[in-house]
Amino acid sequence: MSEKLAMLRAGIRAEAPILVGVFPFGLIYGALARNAGLAAFPAQMMSSIVFAGSSQFVAAKLIAEAAPGAVIVLTIAVVNLRHLLYSASVAEYVRDLPLRWKILLSYLLTDEAYAATIVHYETAGVERESHWFFLGAGLALWTTWQASSALGIFAGAAIPSTWRLDFALPLTFIAMVVPTLLDFPVAAAALTAGVVALLAYGLPYKLGLIAAALVGIGMGTFLEKRA
Amino acid sequence: MNIWLIFVLGGLLTFAMRFSFIYAFGRFSVPPALHRALRFVPPAVLSAIVFPAVLMPDDRLELGFGNHRLLAAAVAVIVAFWTRKTLPTIIAGIIALLIIQAVS
Repeated sequence: MSEKLAMLRAGIRAEAPILVGVFPFGLIYGALARNAGLAAFPAQMMSSIVFAGSSQFVAAKLIAEAAPGAVIVLTIAVVNLRHLLYSASVAEYVRDLPLRWKILLSYLLTDEAYAATIVHYETAGVERESHWFFLGAGLALWTTWQASSALGIFAGAAIPSTWRLDFALPLTFIAMVVPTLLDFPVAAAALTAGVVALLAYGLPYKLGLIAAALVGIGMGTFLEKRA
Repeated sequence: MNIWLIFVLGGLLTFAMRFSFIYAFGRFSVPPALHRALRFVPPAVLSAIVFPAVLMPDDRLELGFGNHRLLAAAVAVIVAFWTRKTLPTIIAGIIALLIIQAVS
C-alpha cells in the first residue's frame, strides 16, 4: 500500500508546477462559458464530460454562435486529435494493466497529465506501481480543472466586460503556438491554417475552423515530406 | 442538437482518441503517416482560432493600426517568444489592449 501511495504522491508532486498554469486557464474557461450563455451546471459538466481545455473553449464559443450540434461535435474531435499521439505514446507503458485501469487512465490523459507522466516513464521505466504515478498526475490535474472551472463559472458573471476576458483565449493560444514556430513545417502549417481560417470565415455552419485546421495539417505534412 | 448530447458525443469521441492506442496496443501501431500529420494538429488548430479572433474583430478583416486587438496580439507574440510562458503572455496582451484602448 505504501508503495502505491508514494507513487501517487510523486505523480501529484510532478504535476504541481503545471497546475499553476492550469488554474487561471480554468478560471477563464468558466468565465467565458458563462459569458457565452451557458448555464452554470452545463458549463461545469462540460469540464468533466469532455475534460479537454482548448476544445471546451471552442465549444463554448460555437454554442454562443448557435453553430449546429454536429459541427460542434466535429470541431471538438478535430481540436482533440492530438490525444491520439499521447495514447500511442503511453500505450507500451500501460499495456499490462487491467482494462478498468486503462479506461480510467485514458479518461485522465490530458496534455498536462501526459507531460508529467511520460517524463516519469521515460526516466524511471515501468515499475510495479507506476500506474499510481499516472493516476496521481491525472487526478491532480482533474481536481484543479474542476475547481478552477467552478470558480470561473461562479466569478464569471461578476467580471466586467471591459476587462476583455474573451481576448484571453487567443492570447492563451498565442502563448502555446509561438514557441513552436521555429520549426519551418510547423510555422507553415500554422500560417496556412490561419490564412485559410480568415478566407473560410464565412463558410456556413461554422465549418471554417475544421477546414482551416485540415488544410494547415496537410500543408505541414506536405512540406515535411519534401524536406 | 441538445447541449447534453453535444457534451456526451464530444466527450465520447475525446475519450475514444485517448483510449485508442492504449486499448489496441500490440494489435496495431500508429501508421507513420498519421504520426507525422498529428504533429501539426496543435499549431494548425490554434492558429485557425487565433487569426480570425485577432484580425477580424468585428467579423471583417482589419489589418491597420486601427485594430487594437492586432497591436495587443503583437505585444503578446513578443512576450510569448521571450518568456515561453502562458500567464505572462495573457497578462501582457490584456494590459496592452486596455492601454491601447485607453489612449486611442
